[in-house]
Amino acid sequence: MIIDFSNYGELLPLVSNSLLAAALLGLLGGLVGIFVMTRDMSFAVHGISELSFAGASIALLCSIDVVTGSIIGSLVAAMIVGVLGAKAKDRNSIVAVLMPFGLGLGILALALYQGRAANKFGLLTGQIVSVDSGQLGWLTIIAAIVLATLVVVWRPLTFASLDPEVAAARGVNTRALSVVFLVVLGLTVAASVQVVGALLVLSLLVTPAAAALRVTSSPKLAPVLSVLFALIAAVGGVFLALGSSLPISPYITTISFVIYVICRIVAKVQK
Amino acid sequence: MTNQVLSIEGAALAFGVKQLWHGLDLEVAPGEFVAILGTNGSGKTTLLKAILGEQPLDAGEIRLAGKRVGRGSRKIGYIPQHRSVDSSTPLLAKDLLALGLNGHRYGLHFNGRRDRERIQHILGCIDGHALADKPIGELSGGELQRFRVGQAVIDEPDLILADEPLSALDPAQQKVIAELLDAERKEHKAAVIFVTHDVNPILPMVDRVLYLANGQFKIGTPDEVMRSEVLSELYGTEIDVVRNQGRIVVVGGHSHDHHPEEEWQ
Repeated sequence: MIIDFSNYGELLPLVSNSLLAAALLGLLGGLVGIFVMTRDMSFAVHGISELSFAGASIALLCSIDVVTGSIIGSLVAAMIVGVLGAKAKDRNSIVAVLMPFGLGLGILALALYQGRAANKFGLLTGQIVSVDSGQLGWLTIIAAIVLATLVVVWRPLTFASLDPEVAAARGVNTRALSVVFLVVLGLTVAASVQVVGALLVLSLLVTPAAAALRVTSSPKLAPVLSVLFALIAAVGGVFLALGSSLPISPYITTISFVIYVICRIVAKVQK
Repeated sequence: MTNQVLSIEGAALAFGVKQLWHGLDLEVAPGEFVAILGTNGSGKTTLLKAILGEQPLDAGEIRLAGKRVGRGSRKIGYIPQHRSVDSSTPLLAKDLLALGLNGHRYGLHFNGRRDRERIQHILGCIDGHALADKPIGELSGGELQRFRVGQAVIDEPDLILADEPLSALDPAQQKVIAELLDAERKEHKAAVIFVTHDVNPILPMVDRVLYLANGQFKIGTPDEVMRSEVLSELYGTEIDVVRNQGRIVVVGGHSHDHHPEEEWQ
């Protein structure tokens, strides 16, 4: 049986780490996702997550901390995208070049790795049910950095993302903001890779924001809805995965997708 | 000299062998309305970019209120060319105004009472109350440009730079936008630098024209610059400037290199 909730009460305390991790990721993914959408960087997110996967795999192979490897991979990718891909058109081709390279590098490292096989696939497809305290510590630190940064740059970043020409004319340092955003994005991707896996990062960093932007154009409501959708997907995914023998990722991606479809229908009906 | 809003001294810029302008001197006083005219590729928009500090000069200097220009400035209000906005852009029309007022501010900041009053005031000026809560992706071209003017003037800039803000608008809308700008510069003494293909919609308010062509330029009142002999000399070919019912029509000669008539279509 795929889903069995008979011993739910006993399981719940065991996954409090996972729930917390899911909640943090939902919060980060929902907020960062809004800027991913308005800056047209969905594809870049995918590319960054593949290099983050490569970093984590190499770290696993060399027996150093996987999260550190993942963060380094993410930030390197974010910087390459930032420096070489200032224009959206350049960015897409650079991401398309980086992505298979990162994935290949990661697969190489995993092939050479002699340890537990579960670790291998976790990086690609997620392992939230087994979030340990060390990972949760990292996740909390990353969340704190990302949230603090977003609070400080929110308004000028919104200006620079939605109205770049006028923002630059008004003296907003759009270049510095784009670097800051790439660091924030890199950190968020690295955190997400630990939990939902490199291949599924988009379901938390793009789908909820894309769904929110279908149903609202308010710059205040959009991030609220986006976070709400991401939380429902991430936390809901943990709850559903608890009662089943399946990994967490299909639940998160499916909930996220269903929310998006509903938002599209709602938007259609409104018009 | 320091009471000038903008002073351009000996500015020169060339892209490869193509000289856009050189020895360009221009002083703009508070409240002055300057139109920049010229063919495509004559460096009109590039000059705006130089004033915004986004385009370095080969020679010369540009000063804004006595200080060398940096990358953008809070003293500048900028009106870009009309572009259609993606329908999923999460911005309401009133938010466009708010960004003009406080979009540069870092940290947690909510629109205070002063900001809200200012936004209401500008909404009144641009007749935008009914549109305030509409997503900017749903505004018509004319409506969006009205909010663009509002965004540019809301922080009471010393200098308003407008890059062909009337393109893609019908004549009635062009008149509304031009009159809004005119009112603002009269009320707050903001100088206006207005890049355009067609001087006619702004002819009643233009104090001076900077006409760029062929790597050369002419500065003067519309009556001084918009004349057959002046433009003929500038283009190096026979140009007819015809005045008809208050409108200026420039009719080009038969040069193979330059087609100044194109810009009046």
